[in-house]
Amino acid sequence: MQVTVLYFGMLKDLFPDERQPIELADGETVAGLLRLSQEHASKQSDVWMALAVAVNREYAGVDTVLKDGDEVALLPPVSGGCEVVV
Amino acid sequence: MRIEITDERIATVEVLDGIKAGPDGAVCVFDGIVRNNTRGRQTLYLVYEAYREMALEQMRALAEQAAAKFGVRDIALVHRLGKLEVGDTSVLIAVASAHRGVTFEACRWLIDTLKKTVPIWKKEYFIDGAVWADGEAFPEELGLRLEETVSPDEKKV
Repeated sequence: MQVTVLYFGMLKDLFPDERQPIELADGETVAGLLRLSQEHASKQSDVWMALAVAVNREYAGVDTVLKDGDEVALLPPVSGGCEVVV
Repeated sequence: MRIEITDERIATVEVLDGIKAGPDGAVCVFDGIVRNNTRGRQTLYLVYEAYREMALEQMRALAEQAAAKFGVRDIALVHRLGKLEVGDTSVLIAVASAHRGVTFEACRWLIDTLKKTVPIWKKEYFIDGAVWADGEAFPEELGLRLEETVSPDEKKV
């Protein structure tokens, strides 16, 4: 099966294409995709320690099973808005 | 509710005028603007980018949650993307209700939660280089930790 992986924020510095089709075995999970993506990253980064993942625009856990055609987004910690110092 | 992501300058006055209605006694506004420095490092400009469709859906969900949680009458939530100069508004939040207390609370909750959960990132361009801004950690229920993705067998190696 094939899923489309989207990279955002600093992950764009690790992957040449912001949007990439990836072939996966049937029944592969978010965890498996993350392992694969990390292997293909152009360099090491701490960003992997603090990611969230969205499948078809909904936040998803590591055990989520992917389906053919899914859109999987790898999301570094977000920083929208402006900084609020509490 | 007016929930938008825009590539244009945010029309602050228009948004504020548009939200006021007869039953309201208060509108609380949060105007998030680009500061001229980060920890003393001089900022030239910022570039905001988003996972646009998801960010908009998340903003809509946040506004609905806030309306229910605080019982406010109406909410406007507008975020700008692209290149922003010092002093530009990046995010505008306006909360209208009959009484002021809940508008302050809802406004504060909206910006704090938006900054943790809505997929928008900013790259800061300084006079001496550019970096992706450090985001806040995702709330526990949304974030993944990489060690969770490593199987027990691999951990032994």
